[in-house]
Amino acid sequence: MNTENVAIFTPEMKKTHTILMPMMLPIHFGIMKYLLADYGYHVEFLNTRHQGIIDEGLRNVHNDTCYPALLVIGQMIDALKSGKYDLDRTALMITQTGGGCRASNYIHLLRKALATCGFSQVPVVSLNLSGLPGVNTFHYTLPMLLKAGYAVLYGDLMMCVANQCRPYEVRKGDTQKVLDKWIEKIGKQFRGKGFLALQKNYRAILADFAQIPRKQTARIKVGIVGEIYMKYSPLGNSALEEFLVGEGAEPVVSGLLDFLLYCFTNNEVDYKLYGMKKWSWRPAMWLSRFLMHEQQKIIRVIEQQGVFTPPTSFQSLLELVDGTISRGAKMGEGWLLTAEMLEHIHSGVNNIVCAQPFGCLPNHIVAKGMIRKIKDTYPKANIVAIDYDPSATRINQENRLKLMLANARMAEDGGDAVGQDAAYQPHVTSGVAATADA
Amino acid sequence: MDIGSTTLKAVVLNESGEIVYKSYERHMSRVMELAQAKMRELSDLLAGKEIKIAITGSAGLGVANSTGLDFVQEVFATAGGVSRLYPDTDVVIELGGEDAKIIFLQGALEERMNSTCAGGTGAFIDQMAALLGVSLAELDELSLQATDLYAIASRCGVFAKTDIQPLINQGAKKENIAASIFQAVVDQTIGGLAQGRPIEGNVLFLGGPLAFLKGLQKRFLKTLCVEKAVFPELSQYFVALGSAYYAEGLDTSYSYEELLSIFENMAPAADAVEGLPPLFASQAEYDAFAARHARTEVPRVPLEDYVGEAYLGVDAGSTTTKLVLLDEEDRILYSHYCQNLGSPLDVVSEQLGRIYAACGDRVHIASSAVTGYGEELIKNAFGVDIGLVETMAHYAAARHFNPDVDFIMDIGGQDIKCFEIKDGAVASVMLNEACSSGCGSFIETFAQSLGYPIEEFARLARFAKRPVDLGTRCTVFMNSSVKQAQKNGATVEDISAGLAMSVVKNAIYKVIRAKDADALGQHIVVQGGTFYNDAVLRCFELLIGKEVIRPQIAGLMGAYGAALHAKAHRPAESTLISPEALAAFTHTSTLVNCGLCTNKCALTVNTFSGGKKYISGNRCERPIKGSGSQELPNLYQWKQQRLAGLTSRPGTRGKIGIPLVLNLYETIYFWHPFFTELGFEVVLSDMSTRKLYARGQHTIPSDTVCYPAKLVHGHVLNLTDKGVSTIFYPCMSYNVDEGMSDNCFNCPVVAYYPELIHANVPLDADLIYPYISLNDKKLFVKKMTEYLRDIARDITKKEVAHAADCAYAGLTQYRADLAAEGQRAIAYAKEHGARTIVLAGRPYHADPEINHGIDKLITTLGFVILSEDDIPDQHRSGEQRVLNQWTYHARMYNAAWFVGTQPRTELVQLVSFGCGIDAVTTDEVREVCRSQGKLYTQIKIDEINNLGAVKIRLRSLLAAMEEREKAAK
Repeated sequence: MNTENVAIFTPEMKKTHTILMPMMLPIHFGIMKYLLADYGYHVEFLNTRHQGIIDEGLRNVHNDTCYPALLVIGQMIDALKSGKYDLDRTALMITQTGGGCRASNYIHLLRKALATCGFSQVPVVSLNLSGLPGVNTFHYTLPMLLKAGYAVLYGDLMMCVANQCRPYEVRKGDTQKVLDKWIEKIGKQFRGKGFLALQKNYRAILADFAQIPRKQTARIKVGIVGEIYMKYSPLGNSALEEFLVGEGAEPVVSGLLDFLLYCFTNNEVDYKLYGMKKWSWRPAMWLSRFLMHEQQKIIRVIEQQGVFTPPTSFQSLLELVDGTISRGAKMGEGWLLTAEMLEHIHSGVNNIVCAQPFGCLPNHIVAKGMIRKIKDTYPKANIVAIDYDPSATRINQENRLKLMLANARMAEDGGDAVGQDAAYQPHVTSGVAATADA
Repeated sequence: MDIGSTTLKAVVLNESGEIVYKSYERHMSRVMELAQAKMRELSDLLAGKEIKIAITGSAGLGVANSTGLDFVQEVFATAGGVSRLYPDTDVVIELGGEDAKIIFLQGALEERMNSTCAGGTGAFIDQMAALLGVSLAELDELSLQATDLYAIASRCGVFAKTDIQPLINQGAKKENIAASIFQAVVDQTIGGLAQGRPIEGNVLFLGGPLAFLKGLQKRFLKTLCVEKAVFPELSQYFVALGSAYYAEGLDTSYSYEELLSIFENMAPAADAVEGLPPLFASQAEYDAFAARHARTEVPRVPLEDYVGEAYLGVDAGSTTTKLVLLDEEDRILYSHYCQNLGSPLDVVSEQLGRIYAACGDRVHIASSAVTGYGEELIKNAFGVDIGLVETMAHYAAARHFNPDVDFIMDIGGQDIKCFEIKDGAVASVMLNEACSSGCGSFIETFAQSLGYPIEEFARLARFAKRPVDLGTRCTVFMNSSVKQAQKNGATVEDISAGLAMSVVKNAIYKVIRAKDADALGQHIVVQGGTFYNDAVLRCFELLIGKEVIRPQIAGLMGAYGAALHAKAHRPAESTLISPEALAAFTHTSTLVNCGLCTNKCALTVNTFSGGKKYISGNRCERPIKGSGSQELPNLYQWKQQRLAGLTSRPGTRGKIGIPLVLNLYETIYFWHPFFTELGFEVVLSDMSTRKLYARGQHTIPSDTVCYPAKLVHGHVLNLTDKGVSTIFYPCMSYNVDEGMSDNCFNCPVVAYYPELIHANVPLDADLIYPYISLNDKKLFVKKMTEYLRDIARDITKKEVAHAADCAYAGLTQYRADLAAEGQRAIAYAKEHGARTIVLAGRPYHADPEINHGIDKLITTLGFVILSEDDIPDQHRSGEQRVLNQWTYHARMYNAAWFVGTQPRTELVQLVSFGCGIDAVTTDEVREVCRSQGKLYTQIKIDEINNLGAVKIRLRSLLAAMEEREKAAK
């Protein structure tokens, strides 16, 4: 790896530099922001959403590069060009998963783009847990990792229940208010030991969400799976969750923890299959055992309260995927994506949107490649794969989503033959799509 | 009411569900106007009635949103209509203007629409008809008289166009092309939509194209084996009908007056489009622009008044044919620019006749030259003196306008060409990849579909208030973008300006991949017919922030350059066809398949008057020169021969099948001895062919995956056809660690394709696909012993260990032999002073069905061919600016460094369409080449089986090398 001309992020820069990072999960990243600040990092998450981002991406990365890379790099270059930031006091941070997928190359594409734009002085920090080669790897300590783990747990809990409130809220915005309150509260608790009062916090969060006035209407549940950025980021998936809520559906999105656990356990699989990384997988295994245990706690608390549907445990995902695809498939989202589709179906969510970047290599296998097998086993599965890329139009995507929703409604109404009056519960879409356009 | 991408269909039912009205009209994108007009038109029928209404269709969504009327998704509406009228239907196939849909009704209901990438539908057929210069009805008529079929890429319109164009230029029969176009649509439907689910039983065909086009119906019936095919009379109204049935079940009803007023008051949906700034702020700005570009005129002299020598240049482009006749002072005596309407020979013959008539005895054509796609055909037909590659012709012309020119951008009907000029030679050539070739002819087709002549359409763009942003991808996407813009109320002006902008962005971002204006050079000349469009020219200047030169003869530059070249290289005696011979000129063409090698090129044999023949479609010289000609070292051929030498012996443990695909193209040298040693008879799948691909096409779940991966489906089915009951195809996350990279991954597709095969291909055999790595021999033995016990219980670890020894030795031997062969080729090149090309791809690019015989084409140009995997380690892996973590790709970087150390050697990179990893590697390989002062050439390959564009590239590369060598002397 040629790192000769790479701008170095020195320890002193913690004091002087603002670190920009693309937003992916508003709740989780919102909590992390406090955590990072406690360790002296001034991080700003980029929430921008406009055409200029795509244009910068097109200009600066190979156009056949996957859409998330194009967006993330476009967003950062766009920010640097905006004039809002002092370029000598700004750094960028980007995550690197470090697998056989090209996503591991984002950081290098970003550095190339910075060089051609004349921003070579801006250091890029890599946030990865795989020990990839290179400079500027984000330095973390054990307590920091532990706290980050809890931030993810809290984030997942909030995201899970917020998704179950938002579509039903009587007063628009109630859910967001509760969310904002708890992001701040938990975020601040990381300064002390408050965040460790897990049970107390979990219960308080659940109680707070439970008291939001909600309509008792039945809504169609739609699971969202996909490439991680497309799955979560509104910039990436054209605000898919908003669209689904507007269409009268309830989006079901699994948590970030599963993805982390997937990454950690891959080392174990590598060891078992190929005898690789003999020593490095053990700590990762301990960490994953610990996090799985913590995930169980959350599930139990939600069950005890009895208001919301708890997420499925990672342990169950491991069991579910067995027999459909090997856990050796570990590039990109790998077997986890297949597992999540199965998980949705098993928890009664037959309708699934698979959000993927156009031409995503792992998804040829683990998403589109597995749909046939899943449908053969579960004929009721109603899966739509949506491709996202710089020029895919929303009308095209919406049309496909609407077909999935129409099928979902028909199945909900008992699956009577189409065309019989009784089977129809016509759904009025007027105004809804217009909202999504705005 | 069904409002699709191109048409509006309306159906009215009475109380008893009978159809009392139906209509089918093209809406020319005036969706709202036509919907309103439709409502008014129905006043007699509907006035005083209670009406229920539902709207459907892709453009109908916008109307539903702005009127608040009920919307029903079109596939859903169709399924409703079918279950009511044709309840025993098993499968519905519906082709619309832009959408293709398939509905499976037997068993679990399944509905599919074409993915965003696949456009082989009604709009595609329209485009192809325009390309052939015939109406839809004529196309249909022609197709019914076809005698042969050509292979036309079925994935998307742009690809198909690339296949069809050379056929036209080579003089293939229109009848056969027409039928081939329909066959491409059929293949697309089966491959892209059915995705593994067989189309059988009672099939109902719906939609406009299937209702009107008998030829298309015929192709469907010939291809599918269905019990019963139904083409209902109401086919094209069917979705509207389904929508009407849906409306019956609605609660809300309206009076006619209410409904009419809803339509009349329909407003464009919320105005959220982010438009682009107008092209010209004022009339004055436009005038200044127009005046500046008027200065680049070329003096003309009427041919009728001229006496003396003249020089002819012909540019036989893809969709247009251009001719220029010059006098001694480079003034134009005669010029012609026209659509060739698929018959370039007729155009040239007619034009030559006119020129000869006007020349009389006063003017003598002393020299002639031809360039462009149809170069060889025209050269052979009319005895033109010189044929030259397009790049050279264009540079000759551009230099005439600005001797300092350092960048030429040519946007033609079908292709974008950019050349960088350094030190008086073409330093690099950039051509649009097949996927982004939505260029000039695209604007034209669009103008036509909206009902405007191109000149008028271009003029409208000048003062568009808010040009729409249409993105930068291929035609299919563009159609959807326009649809979206129309939904948002964009005017034709805005669309025209937006299209111009997107063509330019496409050229700059996708073809040149320029970061900023300076990257394009200081003296830019733009040309090609598309730049006659002032909007395109303006967008180009706006986007790069520079003034450029557009010669007034922008569309004639190739021909002008050819004429200049003809003048500069005047032969003693011109061989151009005489007026007498021209008068008697005739031409016929027949199609034959060459049988001299496995490529089985489809040759078009053109026979001209006097029995002169010209063969096109060939990759190598053999069909012309015979098979005995001396061949240069070609590592791709060596690999093929080596594979052919793999023989099996019957074993005690029975047969095991191994598909010859992807990484197995190399690791077969490992597995073959491994299984042979264990007592298995190894059965390999046959060499890839188009037919073998078709064998598995219906089981491909993702139509955007690369062609090498798609071929796997055919290979495993081929193994079962051979009676193999156990197939071995391992999953390999990791490739062999060759120490040239930071990690040794395979790409995700190579690594896990066996998973996909297991999930999607119904096999009469056991597929054994263990996850295995070759990097730890001991572990390999342990793991393989476990896995193999599933198929052979008695296998011992000792046996496996022995077989593994042979396997590792086999692979090592192959790699050593390959490296030695590479050394031999390098030595040969040195000894004979031959030029060398490193054709860098992956091991499986040696498959002739994947590389389409590009290697042979390159050797005909006099190059020795090396491959990326026979190059000694250059020990520069640490200098990569990207994460170097794939074994195969590390070899390419290595090859790029190697090229820098060798004289008269250049690199050509083979890239499979859809290879996401190559989005990273192409830029990096290019930078490595350039940093060493080498040229970089990239060739994208797919199912497309046409080498026209590839040839231009390679000839330009050769011309550039020659000029550099000349300059060096």
